[in-house]
Amino acid sequence: MKDAPRTLAAALVVLALVVLPFALSNAYYINVSSQILLFAVMALALNVLVGYAGLVSLGHAGLFAMSGYTAALLLAGGHGHLVADSAALLVAVATSAVFALLALRSTGIGFLMITLALSQIVWGIAYRWASLTNGDNGINVSTRPAPFGVALGNAWSFYYATLVVFLLCVLSMTVLVRSPFGASLRGTRDQARRMNALGYNVWLIRFLAFLFSGLWTGVAGLLFIYYNQFISPQVAALQTSAEALLMVISGGTATLLGPIVGAAIVVLMKNVVSAYVERWNLVLGVVFVLIISFMPEGLVPGSVRLCRLGWRALRERTRSDRLKLAEPAP
Amino acid sequence: MTALRVEKLSKSFGGLRVTRNVSFTVEPGERRLIIGPNGAGKTTLFNLITGEIAPDTGHVVLFDRDVSRMASRMRPHLGMARTYQIITLFPNDSILRNVMLALLGLSARRWNPFIGLDRQRDLFEEAQAALARVGLVHLADRPLSQTSYGERRRVEIAMALAQNPRVLLLDEPFAGLSIDERRQVQGLLRGLPRELTIVMIEHNMDVALDFAERITLLHFGEVIVEGTRAEVVADHRTREVYLGE
Repeated sequence: MKDAPRTLAAALVVLALVVLPFALSNAYYINVSSQILLFAVMALALNVLVGYAGLVSLGHAGLFAMSGYTAALLLAGGHGHLVADSAALLVAVATSAVFALLALRSTGIGFLMITLALSQIVWGIAYRWASLTNGDNGINVSTRPAPFGVALGNAWSFYYATLVVFLLCVLSMTVLVRSPFGASLRGTRDQARRMNALGYNVWLIRFLAFLFSGLWTGVAGLLFIYYNQFISPQVAALQTSAEALLMVISGGTATLLGPIVGAAIVVLMKNVVSAYVERWNLVLGVVFVLIISFMPEGLVPGSVRLCRLGWRALRERTRSDRLKLAEPAP
Repeated sequence: MTALRVEKLSKSFGGLRVTRNVSFTVEPGERRLIIGPNGAGKTTLFNLITGEIAPDTGHVVLFDRDVSRMASRMRPHLGMARTYQIITLFPNDSILRNVMLALLGLSARRWNPFIGLDRQRDLFEEAQAALARVGLVHLADRPLSQTSYGERRRVEIAMALAQNPRVLLLDEPFAGLSIDERRQVQGLLRGLPRELTIVMIEHNMDVALDFAERITLLHFGEVIVEGTRAEVVADHRTREVYLGE
């Protein structure tokens, strides 16, 4: 049972997340926590591509917005939440398929630029096609859903609903990463040529990973519009994609915890630091420069490395102390 | 039935004709050596056989089945496995994981996102067995990044063997090995079952000579000489190519 300490730690974190609203008790901070969780879902989704597939996408805002706009438009048109949400996820996956078909013709910078261009098209549609999207004025989402009869109107209930979705997302990522498909996906990241020669369909593996990533990005988009009860073209803008990418990279790619920590940093900067420092973007920039300087692999793997180093240094020192004691005095 | 037949294979990169009208036939169970100086087009020939590069003209026939138009990723499923001259492994994984990936490549389970890879006992045991064949079972859990060059060469071979191929293509399996390591690999290759067909590239003739039954000499992309070991060694063109006489 070498996983026992990990399971225990995970259980403690979940417990902490469950009691968090009681500790915060302030609706504002509970809402900030909900935002962290919903952006963590997006960062985890992006991490499937960036971390495990080695494909850096700058187009996830497009997927996020497609899901959000689909739901917002259907709700504004008088459809129910179940219809709107299912359609939103379908559209998110379908859009991912289109993105993937075009972007997977290349990897690296080519992939990044194509995803960026595609998501700018989504932004352009949201901004310009005013008769459909109401342009810059955006669309109001008048109600939140009430799953299993639980109304999500207040900060507490919305936090718990987001937490459930977030935990499902983490669970699905954990299962994926440990599965043979997850191993195949990482293989295509590390040595695509070899994977092909071993009998794997590299393209299809990447395509399926893109769809999975798109599905969870769509879920995050839904949480976002229910949280804000509003959507505007800003959601589809490059900044949303870039922030999600920063969450993944600053926290640590190809880890489960990294994107979550990254989401927490970015959301806290945006919401909490901005209350004290007007130029909070500058603070965010400094934080990222520090992370990249001292922990280029990201905050989570970097901290693990530093802890190991410290632990080893401590052990060495106690051992050499003992050796000194054992040596006869000169 | 022949194990591998190459028919009039040609490939040019721009104006450079790296493979010129190459044809040869390898019988089942044969040990074939392909030799030639640097730049003779040996690795390109392997890339054409495995389909990583599409030929301009010509055919590749595997056990009487024309695979010329078949995607390279399908060919391992028909029993074709290869190693690389430039080591092409998964640096973030353990040795065992590298071999498990080779096994998974031929298993339908590679698509499964729901089960745990660590719980696939049969894959684990097969990978252990493949590592035992190359004498690396004691290092199974070591991360690949902490292994020596000679060990990595053997992991390359273990991955190919794990796929239980019918035709094994070895691209300079002795490259960069010390004399001791070379002997280990030679012993390993000698112990492989006779029903396995092996085609090996080597540019250093001394190393692989005693292994080969038939030899094909490539020079500037063309087959210059082909025959039994004695015939090729005795041929004056071999000496011209290798000694510049």
